[in-house]
Amino acid sequence: MEILNYTKDHEAFRGRLQTFLNQEVVPHINRFEKEHLVSKDIWKKMGKNGFLCTNISKEYGGMGADFLYSVIVAEEIAKINFTGLAAPLHSDIIVPYINSFGSREQKKKYLPGCVSGEIITAVAMTEPDAGSDIASITTTAVEDGSDIIINGSKTFISNAVNCDLVILVAKDPAIENKHQALSLYLIDADTPGFSKGKPFEKMGWRSQDTGELFFNNCRIPKENRLGDAGMGFFMLMEKLQQERLVVTLGAVFGAEYMINWTMEYCKKTSGSRSGKPLIKSQAVQFAIVEMKTEASLGKVFTEKLVADHMEGKNVVIETSMAKYWTTDMAKRTALRCLDIAGNFGTLEECPLARAWRDVRVTSIFAGTNEIMKGIAAKFMGM
Amino acid sequence: MEFKLSKSQNEIQKAAWDFARGEFDKNLALDLDKNSQFPEAIRKKACDLGFIGIHFDEKYSGGGLGVIENALLAETFCRKDSGIGIALMLSGYASECLLRFGKNELGKIFLPKIAEGEMISAGAFHESDKGFDLSAIETHAVKEKDEWVITGSKAYVINGRNAGFYIVLCRTDPAGSSDADLDLSITEGISMVLVESDRDGIFFETMGEKLGSRMIETARLTFDQVRVPKTNIVGKEGNGLAQIRAFFNESRLLTAAMSLGIAQGAFDRAIGYVKQREQFGKKIAGFEVTRHKLADMAIKIELARLITYQAAWQCDHKKADEKLSCMAKLYASQAAVEVSDEAMQLLGGYGYMAEYEVERFYRDAKIIELFEDQKNTQKNLVADALTGKSGKIGK
Repeated sequence: MEILNYTKDHEAFRGRLQTFLNQEVVPHINRFEKEHLVSKDIWKKMGKNGFLCTNISKEYGGMGADFLYSVIVAEEIAKINFTGLAAPLHSDIIVPYINSFGSREQKKKYLPGCVSGEIITAVAMTEPDAGSDIASITTTAVEDGSDIIINGSKTFISNAVNCDLVILVAKDPAIENKHQALSLYLIDADTPGFSKGKPFEKMGWRSQDTGELFFNNCRIPKENRLGDAGMGFFMLMEKLQQERLVVTLGAVFGAEYMINWTMEYCKKTSGSRSGKPLIKSQAVQFAIVEMKTEASLGKVFTEKLVADHMEGKNVVIETSMAKYWTTDMAKRTALRCLDIAGNFGTLEECPLARAWRDVRVTSIFAGTNEIMKGIAAKFMGM
Repeated sequence: MEFKLSKSQNEIQKAAWDFARGEFDKNLALDLDKNSQFPEAIRKKACDLGFIGIHFDEKYSGGGLGVIENALLAETFCRKDSGIGIALMLSGYASECLLRFGKNELGKIFLPKIAEGEMISAGAFHESDKGFDLSAIETHAVKEKDEWVITGSKAYVINGRNAGFYIVLCRTDPAGSSDADLDLSITEGISMVLVESDRDGIFFETMGEKLGSRMIETARLTFDQVRVPKTNIVGKEGNGLAQIRAFFNESRLLTAAMSLGIAQGAFDRAIGYVKQREQFGKKIAGFEVTRHKLADMAIKIELARLITYQAAWQCDHKKADEKLSCMAKLYASQAAVEVSDEAMQLLGGYGYMAEYEVERFYRDAKIIELFEDQKNTQKNLVADALTGKSGKIGK
């Protein structure tokens, strides 16, 4: 019995996506990695072919599809070992804020572009001094007549260079309670007073334009507030379950990719003078079995959480556990696969090198794994 | 039994630290890593100050000191900067083969060039992109009158085209027979031959970017009928495999020491960060789990230091022990990966950014762990020693 039931339509979608990624994305990966940017026309092509924001209703240009389509996108992107195209971040983490909390006008204005890839989104929470402790941000949003004036800066923002629309978390300095002071705002990238930094040099996710965003007396109309004033923290908390689930999916599928690659490599690679392939080494076999066991455990847990999430259940404890465990598991898997690949693993030509550099951040972003354990402990009543 | 460095060893460590602090500029290191450039100017200064070749005999322009002093330099340099440290410590890579096995004039010619800064060196041992077994090499050297004629190709040659000479592991035939007579299945008849990089018939091809240690080029070399004098044989003809085994035994200690330094350097940065970073209204050094992470990291570093120093000391006291040397490399390099990994976690998002250095320490730790031979190969050597299939080997 399968936990997740994919239909023929799901599989047809998967087939189209596989073909698309291999034809339109894979040939450009090395260039994107060098340029620290995925070109915008890839986003538009993704949108045109119906691979972005599949869950958005038809009214706004989407497919009105279930979450399994998002699972398929996460899996197929993991299979090409490429993190730069942050479609799951856009489709399943950021745009849902607009879809869930936006007014009808906001949805009409932004959602069709998000679906078509004309609008690339970013979510701006983290600040230089407020990472794990998100409630202590200092970026301010102050009402001024019918406008709101934003001041402050954000860092480690994915899609920082490419973004056309930013969902910003800012505080009202007049409100003392840190949690009640936060609201969300929609900022168009061409708003005066808003500017973007250069992408950071980082260990991995090199095609990802992670960077800083600056707000200097950035004036937006009040209508650009997303949801109710003072509800920012609660809206963030509500959406974090799906965010963690998306990260978990990436970790599990990434681990499977690395294990499969390593198995194939060991089948065709001689480990000794006798010509015996590495795969015949008992130590290699046991390592692969152990890694596959962990990945399978992670996958079953994750699929169960996907099913629960689709039923609308609150699985905040379990998704926190899954996010921490699967991302650590994927990192362990990367390190062990590199050990098996040995010399070849040291070269960037070996796909494991990039996979390892990329997977490492998943234990840090979307809430560090320490934060995940803290959340689970709290909700478990400790 | 006394657990402490001698006065002169302390002085060497301090001099190395002062040098590294003065010369290993953080922004320079970031640029060198990003652009895959070798820290040539720093190497020259390190040679002028006698750091390179400190373990060479004085007659070779060396410091006349031991493996342990060289290990102290490796630890100290890599602590300050993993990338520059590795590049300096491997700038004389494989030249130890001339020091330990060269009973002829080669050492007198080439070792001073390394120590005085005139050239760097390389070992050309591995061949295919994918193989590990050095007894399976196919590059061969055939004797023709007073010369060796070398044909074949080598991979994973660190220092690549920048090296002044290569210690090449070749299949040689003492009888001087033709190619057709060579039986590639036998392990005997492998020798080390020194090949100067300016000989005719050597072709270079970069192996591209690496996951770590990016300041050093790694290249593929092809030898097409390269001729060198017969006297370029290093050590004894036909003794190449025993020599490479003894060389690795020593170079593993250098790897262990570099790993130790990388672990310490990543730890230093993590401690510095957690003591100033505040979240949830307090320093993150004040959280219990952070404190326990620091304790675990420090334990690993201390253990890595003990086994590395012990193995190096044994090497200097004619008690070189392959088992201990493998253990030291395995343990210290794993400690470096784990400690730098945890350091990155403590730095959070900053840890993933190049500017905060820890990601480079982490990448350099991992590549050092994969350097020279597979972890399973080293475990096999330890197991061989434990189960009696091989004993101690001489220095």
